[in-house]
Amino acid sequence: MSEIVIKNLNKYYGKNHVIQDVSLNIDSQSFTVLVGPSGCGKSTILRMIAGLERINSGTISIDENIVNDLSPKDRNIAMVFQSYALYPHMTVYNNMAFGLKIEKLTKDEIDSRVYDAAKILQIEELLQRKPKQLSGGQRQRVAIGRAITRKPKVFLFDEPLSNLDAALRVQMRVELAKLHDQLDATMVYVTHDQTEAMTMADKIVVLDQGKISQSGSPLDLYHNPKNLFVGGFIGSPKMNFIKTKILKKSSQSISIDLLGQKSFILKKASTNLKTGDEVTLGIRPEHLKVSKDLKNSWKGKVFVVEKLGSGTFLYLEKEGEPLVVETDGDSKIKVGDTINVAFDQNKCHLFNSNKGLI
Amino acid sequence: MTFFNFIVYVVIGVSAVLSYFVLANWAHDYLVGKFSKKNLQDSIFRPWIFMAPALIILLVYLIYPVSETIRLSFFDNYGREFTGVSNYVWAMNDSDFRQSILNNFLWLIVVPTTCTFLGLTIATLADRVWWGVFAKTLIFMPMAISFVGASVIWKFVYEYRGAGNDQIGILNAIIVYFGGDPHAWIAIPFWNNFFLMVIMIWIQTGLAMVIFSAALRAIPEETLEAARIDGASEVRIFFYIIIPFLSETIVVIWTTITILVLKVFDIVLAMTNGQWGTEVLANLMFDWMFRGGGDSGRGSTIALFIMLGVIPIMIWNLRRFKMEQER
Ligand SMILES: Nc1ncnc2c1ncn2[C@@H]1O[C@H](COP(=O)(O)OP(=O)(O)O)[C@@H](O)[C@H]1O
Ligand SMILES: [Mg+2]
Repeated sequence: MSEIVIKNLNKYYGKNHVIQDVSLNIDSQSFTVLVGPSGCGKSTILRMIAGLERINSGTISIDENIVNDLSPKDRNIAMVFQSYALYPHMTVYNNMAFGLKIEKLTKDEIDSRVYDAAKILQIEELLQRKPKQLSGGQRQRVAIGRAITRKPKVFLFDEPLSNLDAALRVQMRVELAKLHDQLDATMVYVTHDQTEAMTMADKIVVLDQGKISQSGSPLDLYHNPKNLFVGGFIGSPKMNFIKTKILKKSSQSISIDLLGQKSFILKKASTNLKTGDEVTLGIRPEHLKVSKDLKNSWKGKVFVVEKLGSGTFLYLEKEGEPLVVETDGDSKIKVGDTINVAFDQNKCHLFNSNKGLI
Repeated sequence: MTFFNFIVYVVIGVSAVLSYFVLANWAHDYLVGKFSKKNLQDSIFRPWIFMAPALIILLVYLIYPVSETIRLSFFDNYGREFTGVSNYVWAMNDSDFRQSILNNFLWLIVVPTTCTFLGLTIATLADRVWWGVFAKTLIFMPMAISFVGASVIWKFVYEYRGAGNDQIGILNAIIVYFGGDPHAWIAIPFWNNFFLMVIMIWIQTGLAMVIFSAALRAIPEETLEAARIDGASEVRIFFYIIIPFLSETIVVIWTTITILVLKVFDIVLAMTNGQWGTEVLANLMFDWMFRGGGDSGRGSTIALFIMLGVIPIMIWNLRRFKMEQER
């Protein structure tokens, strides 16, 4: 069942059309991540779900009620902000109890909810402190705690981990995923970091300039990007892109020019492409293999070697951006070596000049 | 030629100050270098060279007047004969003095509170209407007028002509227009104090408003949004989130205006000169000090009472300031 249904949502700031006809279903109890580069409209969508931003046209329904005209407090949601947005003059306890006091719950009920949340987040010993006396990570826990105590149907997160250092971010990522399992709530999570999206999401929605570029499960987006943007955005290091031309086309296969060295046969065939058309070949670093196999391969000079232990990334000189190749951690290849790289035929993506997948 | 003289004096003054610093610093280096083997940077004398001018000015214009005032308060009207505490005894029994103390208290209670309240209210509301900027400009403008100038304006507002005549004071004109009787507002005992306070409030609300406006801007929008999502009404947000955020600012404005009010003088002098029960300490002091031959003993005694009122607020302010620094 869908918890949140967004239909033909539009938002303008002056003449700036920041959300362009977005439609989206968010499943009940799912962990949905809206991801995209800065300024693509992620926060705006989240804030419209929360009721903090007016909607120009379209509808948002939560739990089968259209909430366009409901104020935030009537939407059964809670939100966690990037800046934590704690109440600085209140203790941690009061920060978490503020909403509950407004709901006029009994003292015992408030106590038990705050202590439960504090226990889940391991901040029991901080309850009497003020936000100023907490570290960034602790503040973020309090902000999450404030959301939990209200027992909302939907949790909204706006880049909650961006202000934390890298180690803490990884730790909180795991804890948020755990929290999602514990609470059985619907979570909508906004981030510009594709790693966060890949690691936490049930479903990823990739946004590009106010439009949904593609949505699906993390692995679906990873293996079957529908366009150049998603291909380049999901995955780290980035997918390699090679601008090229179609040399020959038959009903079973396409032959393209591979960096001027030789032709390269792809098994895919498409009806609407002709010989001579410009296309972009995309292939991920791990689908390139250092080998002696000369079929569908290319020779290049290594100019950077990144050793991560678990793997090694080789940066090869080519026109435009370098070609990145992943190889095993104990590889002996050095800067300056010329190596032969084989392309995995089944893992190549071809994008047409409109940046769509062929 | 006066303009030319002015330039000359400025040049002479500035070069005198500059040469003091340069020469004193040079002399210091020379002497310390000669008699001490320590590093010149560590010299304990240098700070004093640079602080000396400020310290001397402080001494001459602050410490000396205070001690002289204390001394004079124990002397007779010419400051010649020691008379013990007789000036203080006089003050305790003087009806004008008692009235002034009472009125100063009244001012202290009403004016800072009203200014702070109005300033905050207007600053909050003005951000919600399109003509807010215009309203704020209008309310801020009296700040540019001196207390005496403002008093002249308000004298015309409160102006009274006998019944039957044309009323040139706008307040009476309005009242008569609606069929009421004109009143000599500033001569109505007790209430006239409030009519004078209105002038100070009219001027100072602008200051409070401008400072509150800036402070309100500094409240993070996301915190207010978090409260809205928590279900807080706008009124609740104002009292539970915004006011605590502004507590520092409220204290600053409140004390600034309190100190100003303790020294209130020009308005009373220009409007009533303390008649009809509107006397305040500063005007009473001025009266005794400089009028009817002058009585430096009694004048100084009253001056000390004003200082006594300001000191606790100053100390409290300094302490708060220090606490803020340490935080
Ligand atoms: N209050 C605002 N007024 C005008 N433009 C805005 C406002 N908020 C956001 N925008 C614009 O809307 C676009 C989307 O913003 P946002 O949703 O915050 O992006 P992000 O994906 O980084 O969260 C941006 O181009 C931004 O400049
Ligand atoms: Mg954002």
